[in-house]
Amino acid sequence: MPILETIGLEKRFGGILAAANVNLSVKKGARHALIGPNGAGKTTVINLLTGVLRPTAGRIMLEGRDITDAAPHERVRLGMARTFQINQLFLDLTPLESIGLVVSERLGTGADWWRVVGSKPAVTDEIVEVVERFRLTDVMHERTAILPYGKQRLLEIALAFACRPRVLLLDEPAAGVPEAERHELLATIEALPAEVTVLLIEHDMDLVFSFADRISVLVNGALFVDGAPEDVARDPRVKAVYLGEELDA
Amino acid sequence: MVTTSATAPLTPVLADDVAAYLKRRSRWSPLEVVFWIFAFASIWLFPDKYLILKDTAILALFALSLDLILGYAGIISLGQAAFFGIAGYFSGLVAKYGLINEPVIALVCSGVVAAALGFVTSFLVLRGSDLTRLMVTLGVSLMLGEVANRYASITGGADGLQGVDIAPVLGRWSFDLYGHNGYVYCLIVLFVCFVIARRIVYSPFGLSLRSLKGNALRAAAIGIPVKWRLVAIYTVSAGFAGIAGALLTQTTAFCSLDVFSLERSADLLLVLIIGGTGYLYGGLIGAVIYKFLQDWIATLTPQYWQFWIGLVLVVIVLVGRERVEGWIAAARGSVARLGDRLWTRIRPRSAALGGAADGD
Ligand SMILES: Nc1ncnc2c1ncn2[C@@H]1O[C@H](COP(=O)(O)OP(=O)(O)O)[C@@H](O)[C@H]1O
Ligand SMILES: [Mg+2]
Repeated sequence: MPILETIGLEKRFGGILAAANVNLSVKKGARHALIGPNGAGKTTVINLLTGVLRPTAGRIMLEGRDITDAAPHERVRLGMARTFQINQLFLDLTPLESIGLVVSERLGTGADWWRVVGSKPAVTDEIVEVVERFRLTDVMHERTAILPYGKQRLLEIALAFACRPRVLLLDEPAAGVPEAERHELLATIEALPAEVTVLLIEHDMDLVFSFADRISVLVNGALFVDGAPEDVARDPRVKAVYLGEELDA
Repeated sequence: MVTTSATAPLTPVLADDVAAYLKRRSRWSPLEVVFWIFAFASIWLFPDKYLILKDTAILALFALSLDLILGYAGIISLGQAAFFGIAGYFSGLVAKYGLINEPVIALVCSGVVAAALGFVTSFLVLRGSDLTRLMVTLGVSLMLGEVANRYASITGGADGLQGVDIAPVLGRWSFDLYGHNGYVYCLIVLFVCFVIARRIVYSPFGLSLRSLKGNALRAAAIGIPVKWRLVAIYTVSAGFAGIAGALLTQTTAFCSLDVFSLERSADLLLVLIIGGTGYLYGGLIGAVIYKFLQDWIATLTPQYWQFWIGLVLVVIVLVGRERVEGWIAAARGSVARLGDRLWTRIRPRSAALGGAADGD
């Protein structure tokens, strides 16, 4: 059974069909890449999966459970978290506070109004683990707004990771990161625990082919090719798309 | 594959650092201690000012209630008077008919009644823009005011609620003519509510409010039930507003329809514009400045004081705000520059790159 599955997923924005009958199937523990040209509907699929958008048709199954109607925060509790293509961070908080917030929330103390943040050892231990894993130790007390872009991008992933998802959705994590900060970012992505299933959207084909064990190609909102990296790489239609040629799909 | 520090054992020093740092956020600063010492010293310092001091304390608590939703959760409201008013009448009625005689118990009950109204109406303000929220909250308080007017047999209508007799606080301290006990009572209640509010904003719950105010999309994406957090703080805020309203009734032994007035809610926004939001003291400092400004201008020109208040408002909003924001931006800038400089010392390479990508 796939850990994450969509059945006939569809999203219309007025006249635009941003997702058309998408049947995506992600295996447990997979390193699954979702690729496709700009405007293909990749972010829309992530938004549908996480509940930011409601599909106009179709179902979403997480670990065999229908989550189509679940609220975004419920999906996080059910084990799926995401990052955003454009940073969505808490600019006025420090990385420490932001991660502390996520960890408190996950450990069920998020609605706790009487205790001070950080008074629970279980929370602080986990904060430390996340801060170190994402190499944020030396900036953890800075306001998020003034962090270098690469660090913000790491924090973007750290917040999703701190939810301890079983399925992690990464929407172009390396987008816009300058070359010199890129290595650090990619290293943390590669070092994500094997038991976490990762669905990665990325434009950098080197990264996609070194990372993914399965690739789905989305074009004009529809799944176009779906298979092992070698097969996708050889597929003439994919080559055509990436060379910007005309399609008759 | 690259191995990371994740597999390495935790550094115990760092965990302790993190705990210490997070706890330190909530420590009382010396400035706060001075503020409260001065607030309580006012009991002995200004014995001839009890009346205005008492009104100030009530206004401060009322403004604190708005700051909790506006400054921490980003919910703007023109309807806090609904909660102020309903609790004002409730505390007056229970005293008048001898249902709850002890003022502290009546005060708490009034707060609960207001909070219940807050809970019910919170669902109206969850969605929508600032403008929608302004209109909905205003509408609710206008409606309640009209209901109170309609049922004049209970509320006294336009004449106000007469014949309210407030028993001594805790059976010992009665509200004297000089207003000494009344002021001390209000000040203590303000302080207790402030401590609770302070506790709330430094808790995980308070942190989650700040996060959803900053970015509700992300807050939901890390598992925060945004809707319920807003409902919760709106309810608490309504309770605080209610306690302020009950204080007014109890210390004046009277309650009239103007507890529901638009002016009362609008004053509150003024107070927070003067004092600022999101640091808890804005409502308090704003209330002190507002009340004493009002008092001072009223002695200069008894008839036209609202003109001057209006002028001060316009000046603050147009001139002051930009300047103040300018100062804040400049301060932030220099802190950031300082940070960058330190950064450069520590990590020359990443700083150069970080600066370039900052505009994204
Ligand atoms: N909220 C929205 N409203 C209207 N159109 C949208 C919205 N979000 C995305 N779209 C459209 O849907 C299509 C797919 O966009 P997107 O999912 O962002 O693509 P990708 O992430 O693959 O670059 C685009 O044509 C885009 O303009
Ligand atoms: Mg996209």
